[in-house]
Amino acid sequence: MQTPVSAPIEARDWLRRRSRWSPFEILFWLATLLPFIFFPTYLPLANQIAIAALFAISVDLILGYAGIVTLGHAMFFGLGAYFAGIISVHGWGEPISGLLMAGLFAGVIGYIISFLITRVQHLALIMVTLGLGFLTYELANALHWLTGGTDGLRGISTWPVFGQFRFDMWGYTAYGYALAVLFLCFLLSRRLVNSSFGLALRGIRENVKRMPAIGADHKSHLRLIYAISAAIAGLAGGLLAQTTNTVALDSLSFERSADVVVMLILGGTGRLYGAILGTFIFLVARDQLAGINPQYWYFGIGMLLMVVVLFMPKGILGFLARIVARAK
Amino acid sequence: MMAGEDIVLRATGLTKNFGKLDVTRDVAIALPRGARHALIGPNGAGKTTLINLLTGQLQPDAGQIELEGGDITALAPANRVRLGLSRTFQINTLFPDLTPIEAVTLAVLERQRCAGQFWRRLASHNEAIEESFTILGQLGLADVATRPTRTLPYGQQRLLEIALALAARPRVLLLDEPAAGVPKDESAALFSVIAALPADISVLFIEHDMDIVFKFASRIIVLVGGAVLLEADPQTVRSDPRVREVYLGRGHD
Amino acid sequence: MISQIAIVLFDGFAFGMLLFLLSVGLSVTLGMMNFINLAHGAFGMFGGYVAVTAMRQLGLPFLAALPLAFIAMALLSVIVERTLFRRLYRAGELNQVLFTIGAVFVSAAVATFVFGTVQQVIILPSWLRGSVEIGEVRFGVYRAFIILVALIVTALLVFGLERTRLGAQVRAAVDNQRMAQGLGLDVERVFAITFALGSGLAGLGGALAVEIVGLSPSFGFQMLVYVLIVVSVGGLGSITGSFVGAALLGIGDVAGKYFWPEIGSFLIYLMLVAILLVRPLGLFGKR
Repeated sequence: MQTPVSAPIEARDWLRRRSRWSPFEILFWLATLLPFIFFPTYLPLANQIAIAALFAISVDLILGYAGIVTLGHAMFFGLGAYFAGIISVHGWGEPISGLLMAGLFAGVIGYIISFLITRVQHLALIMVTLGLGFLTYELANALHWLTGGTDGLRGISTWPVFGQFRFDMWGYTAYGYALAVLFLCFLLSRRLVNSSFGLALRGIRENVKRMPAIGADHKSHLRLIYAISAAIAGLAGGLLAQTTNTVALDSLSFERSADVVVMLILGGTGRLYGAILGTFIFLVARDQLAGINPQYWYFGIGMLLMVVVLFMPKGILGFLARIVARAK
Repeated sequence: MMAGEDIVLRATGLTKNFGKLDVTRDVAIALPRGARHALIGPNGAGKTTLINLLTGQLQPDAGQIELEGGDITALAPANRVRLGLSRTFQINTLFPDLTPIEAVTLAVLERQRCAGQFWRRLASHNEAIEESFTILGQLGLADVATRPTRTLPYGQQRLLEIALALAARPRVLLLDEPAAGVPKDESAALFSVIAALPADISVLFIEHDMDIVFKFASRIIVLVGGAVLLEADPQTVRSDPRVREVYLGRGHD
Repeated sequence: MISQIAIVLFDGFAFGMLLFLLSVGLSVTLGMMNFINLAHGAFGMFGGYVAVTAMRQLGLPFLAALPLAFIAMALLSVIVERTLFRRLYRAGELNQVLFTIGAVFVSAAVATFVFGTVQQVIILPSWLRGSVEIGEVRFGVYRAFIILVALIVTALLVFGLERTRLGAQVRAAVDNQRMAQGLGLDVERVFAITFALGSGLAGLGGALAVEIVGLSPSFGFQMLVYVLIVVSVGGLGSITGSFVGAALLGIGDVAGKYFWPEIGSFLIYLMLVAILLVRPLGLFGKR
């Protein structure tokens, strides 16, 4: 239970306390360093998890916080991946500048698209995001002279980070690089959701009808978060291109868009850590269960989705949070 | 309507049809500064529709609306709020997961056009939080400022409706049945809060309870079938035979 | 050239009629309850499997397998609606989308388990095979049959909607659910019946589709995007909308694959986005 506040300054402190770093958070980020020491054979997987977690955070910002249901966000992931890959193929393999450019590219496209997104709601919105995702996929396929089509992009090579850290074949540099980008973007996202803008987004999610009634230009807010989210997704895609030196059409696929939404529901939307947790669980499970018959995988994922929606609407993280709150 | 009075919100010739249904017929409103006017009428008379027309949620088929002398007929709802026209909803339109302090602070920040500053911690907006807390205090909500809105009792949620509207520092406040669903003993308290609002705000409220209307309104507009039947001071309205006919047999709703 | 256009129009329209049968139920139930049921295609899939199994194991003739698919899916939908979907009407779009996608996954897995991943084949009766030549064009008999069945169903639906009491109730519930409820209409019952009818039609469509599109456990996914396009472009709660949307998509898809194979799909998605931006409620949508 919250203790009531009796003065403005206490109200301010209460708000500040909500966004304070908890010891669990610090432990969590320290734990992300464990693969370096204890699980070096899993570094490539850890890299994939970091990249996917960054993508999941980008989707959580619009889906969990602003309430926009999207089934096509892989579009921006893929745009970032192809951008970073293509400039590398054409000679510029410097990772950090390439990554920033990829993110910027995806963000600009996202801002343009946001004008379309804010014109529709409900089923039409879902279909527009779906359609745009498929559209981008078909476009990438058709422009095979640029993207390599179904064969994928060939000839990516990434220069060492800061000129010092070569991308080694065990994956130390890759994971370190991806983890650093993930952490920085996480800090940005964390500040964003704890800002007045984050509050406005939650307002849109909670009751979009009330927003104009308090004088809010909610469409402008939505456009901004959509662009930011697209940029972060583009960064994640760029990471994929730079750390694995491969980009294929699957970076734009519907499967990727749908998988990330599943990861978010697993972990819990509207809490950035839910995105990371859901990604971790999904990818580790898929890795461990890679050998089994696909029909069992689909059955399991399907049942999991149905169970989580019915009984754990706030995701696994929300479920755990409730148990912890009750135990107090 | 007295000549030479300072009219803050004026509407003339407001008309709205839905197909063959005339929901608003040539309605005129003139709210002076500091007004405490009531809008009454039987169910389906078009009272909420009129509020929706004034706030811009509905576009009129004909007519004009002026706020502080400026034409706002074509303005989007959010822009009207920024110019000082605020409303509450008959059915609670709140943010269930936000706490009152968050909700009202958001409204204040939107008014100040600061809500988009995604790089600043929410807690750093000292003045906005202080103002928000003050508003909550005026409405008796200070104790529950940090509880999620959906856990609040219904009466306090109605008060929060008003708090959100006040955060916009309105010159005109349109209240759509502020005491809707609130038990009789609590609604008097709620209305004394409304009566204590600053004297320079003009208030137009929709209400069904005649006791409250006659106690708090300085002027009453009677709306029947989308048209203004009568607009006058409470005594005149009370003794008008046409009004009695409309409300015959209802007693005090 | 003319003959090519004619055959594309004919084949496309036939495909469109399949899509219509598969989609109309979803359009009406979405318009009524705003419940996004992505598992609708799974009813099509199971309808196909029911028909195939009935013909193969029970030796039923094709014409008897079709109504069996319809009835079986209608019954299945009643069970599913009562036990599962009913809890999600207030759950919000994202949850509905995810739950029903999960249901599609489970359906596909179950179908794989029971029937395997192999493409199912249906043996059509001899009078439905082959083609008829008109002018220089050969029109497939089976496709003409599909068109005929779909037109009969459309006529029955329109007649039922306009002339029967249930039809009036359906129209009222789609138009304004809250008011209909206030007037004493048992919206839940109307919805259950509509859902059953719609799922039955999807089953029928699935059974008819086996010969044209094939049948495998991924049928639910394959058809999902088509069905969603028909429903969103046609407009929620509209039979006319589903008909027009399905016809357009069917013809567009076949024409695209025939004349512009490289960019056919791209054009379809572009049209989808463009139409929804101009008319978010679909061509014939009411709300």
